[in-house]
Amino acid sequence: MSDLLRLATAGSVDDGKSTLVGRLLYDTKSVLADTLDAVHRASADRGLATPDLSLLVDGLRSEREQGITIDVAYRYFATPNRSFVLADTPGHVQYTRNTVTGASTAQLGVLLVDARKGVIEQTRRHAAVLALLGVPRLVLAVNKIDLVGYDEVTFARIAKEFTAHATALGYAEEAVVEIPVSALAGDNVVERSARTPWYSGPTLLEHLETVPVEPDPHDAPFRFPVQYVIRPRTPEHPDYRGYAGQVAAGTVRVGDEVAVLPGGLRTTVTGIDTADGPLEEAAAGRSVTLLLAHDVDVSRGDLIAAAAAPPTVTDEFDATVCWLSEKPLTPGARVLVKHGTRTVQAIVTELRTRFDEQKLASTDAPAALALNEIGQIGVRTAEAIPVDDYTRNRRTGSFLIIDVADGSTLAAGLVGAPLPELDGVDSCTGGGNSAPSTDDHALVSPGP
Amino acid sequence: MTATTTALDALDRLESEAIHIFREVAGEFDRPVILFSGGKDSTLLLHLAVKAFWPAPVPFPLLHVDTGHNFDEVIEFRDRVVARHGLRLEVAEVQDYIDDGRLAERPDGTRNPLQTVPLLDAITTHRFDAVFGGGRRDEERARAKERIFSLRNSFGQWEPRRQRPELWNLYNGRHRPGEHVRVFPLSNWTELDVWHYIAREGIELPSIYYAHRREVYLRDGMWLAEGPWGGPRDGEVKVEKTVRYRTVGDGSCTGAVESDAADIATVIAEVAASRLTERGATRADDRMSEAAMEDRKREGYF
Repeated sequence: MSDLLRLATAGSVDDGKSTLVGRLLYDTKSVLADTLDAVHRASADRGLATPDLSLLVDGLRSEREQGITIDVAYRYFATPNRSFVLADTPGHVQYTRNTVTGASTAQLGVLLVDARKGVIEQTRRHAAVLALLGVPRLVLAVNKIDLVGYDEVTFARIAKEFTAHATALGYAEEAVVEIPVSALAGDNVVERSARTPWYSGPTLLEHLETVPVEPDPHDAPFRFPVQYVIRPRTPEHPDYRGYAGQVAAGTVRVGDEVAVLPGGLRTTVTGIDTADGPLEEAAAGRSVTLLLAHDVDVSRGDLIAAAAAPPTVTDEFDATVCWLSEKPLTPGARVLVKHGTRTVQAIVTELRTRFDEQKLASTDAPAALALNEIGQIGVRTAEAIPVDDYTRNRRTGSFLIIDVADGSTLAAGLVGAPLPELDGVDSCTGGGNSAPSTDDHALVSPGP
Repeated sequence: MTATTTALDALDRLESEAIHIFREVAGEFDRPVILFSGGKDSTLLLHLAVKAFWPAPVPFPLLHVDTGHNFDEVIEFRDRVVARHGLRLEVAEVQDYIDDGRLAERPDGTRNPLQTVPLLDAITTHRFDAVFGGGRRDEERARAKERIFSLRNSFGQWEPRRQRPELWNLYNGRHRPGEHVRVFPLSNWTELDVWHYIAREGIELPSIYYAHRREVYLRDGMWLAEGPWGGPRDGEVKVEKTVRYRTVGDGSCTGAVESDAADIATVIAEVAASRLTERGATRADDRMSEAAMEDRKREGYF
């Protein structure tokens, strides 16, 4: 079992997300006395009778003034069983891009709903974004359960509706868990609540401590974006030439045959170096330096891959994008694509579909994609690049779209990933009757 | 020696991520620099940089913004480490700015906030386009909002509302002339991670991180040492105590904590049991207002 879990929160405004995160930190004793004193003081200054735990996490001046979370923040807490990196993301519609930011690296998503409101459109949208980005597991925290009188029927109805929605997005039932909580009162967050005797499942923290973490894809085909060429030219290492990078997928062993892409040259790995000594093999997640048999021309931007199972090298591909810029995307846009360690010029040739957030369905051939919209596009790059499908490889299937003029990040790109097929999900009354997607149009395969 | 391959533990992952960040910057920027004060976070930063480019030397110079209020042990350590790795160290002196009137000494005597102008001047003068810092998100609420690659405008300012989304581990370092990027490879480390890693790697630190006898006086609830920053003032009495430092910054606002922790193992035990954050315990400058760190970062401070 991994000793580290990366999670991202998502939820609508005023669902109590900051309070929930504050409660997690507070009840796991991850908040130290001086920080807590500051929260007590600030709460008293605002005339509050009890400390406002959201002040533990809303760190920006304007967030504290407005009582909302504006920007994603990263929190760290640990129990004797596991360490956690939590991306605390805002719920405002205009900050959906922060949900995308938090979700891109998360192994688990915690969605919040208000028990009085149940699953709302924003919940569905957030779940769709988490599914699209391949977050393997979901938790629905049904918050403010105290405000519905700790009612079992209310919880059961929300849980059923959410499970149906999540399975329609492609999640297996065991990858989705619903928990009745009150972040304000502390029910079932860290401490088990006596006020929900009908609930036999884990508290939120118990679940976070025990949920299986999908391992890095060690058995996937080997992928290694070259970051930097190490050439010491020192008396001790006059001829050393190593290719530095982080193993993005799979495992590499000394003696493996590899292809250097996009060029296609084949060679053999003769050494795997680290500052702590050479390795016989290196698996996904490890930063190493590869030595190759031939003095081939390899530079930053190249991808070293398993010769037997290389990615597709292409200058035209389909992708799903989450548009993150106020400047809308129109067909024909000239942009930069950053994929792995390579940045290339590109043209968005076509807008194929736009995900309609109202209908939770796709519409064809939109004129533009606006801020926070998700759509499927065609991309043509100036040079061929080696890409994998995002559903197969989160690392080599992802890319950024960057503005040529000012360098800003315009979009999160997912190679080949189709849009959610949510037409069967009724956005008002829930998707209880819709069948899970078939493989043909499944949004993602969230984990093995 | 051939190391064995085992699953990566949490420290391995943090190390690998930091090395990845160093190499991204080396690959994408023209003139990076590492901020180096000789404190534990910047010493860790340098250790990771050495690992990232081994067996080649670290391809960046170092920059110390020196407030002039130093602990002798830290400056001695700083110079020794720089020499050992054969690196170039630039020093920007706050004292020079005070001497020629570009900056004025503050009534409270602390010089930490005064570092911003010399830092930004040094970045402009040397045309640094990427500036590594040892900041961690667990240090402070405003820092928890910080990206690993954090774009600064031509005034060196942080604009928290306009931060770039940071997706997967694809870091966007694009910037326009005059702008630069602050880079934080230790973003995801906690204070305890830092100490566990220092123990694992056997990293040397300035001696004042460990318990020693020192004459100190009490000011605003903190044990300050005598130094060029003045004190003890009237009514402040010097006493000898066994202390250590959890952070080493400007001597005027960095306090010692009473401690018997004389080696790494006992320091780790002490940090793990502490009910105070390192900044809350020993940094006066963060106590000034509810948003002190955010305000300073908006001005260009780290």
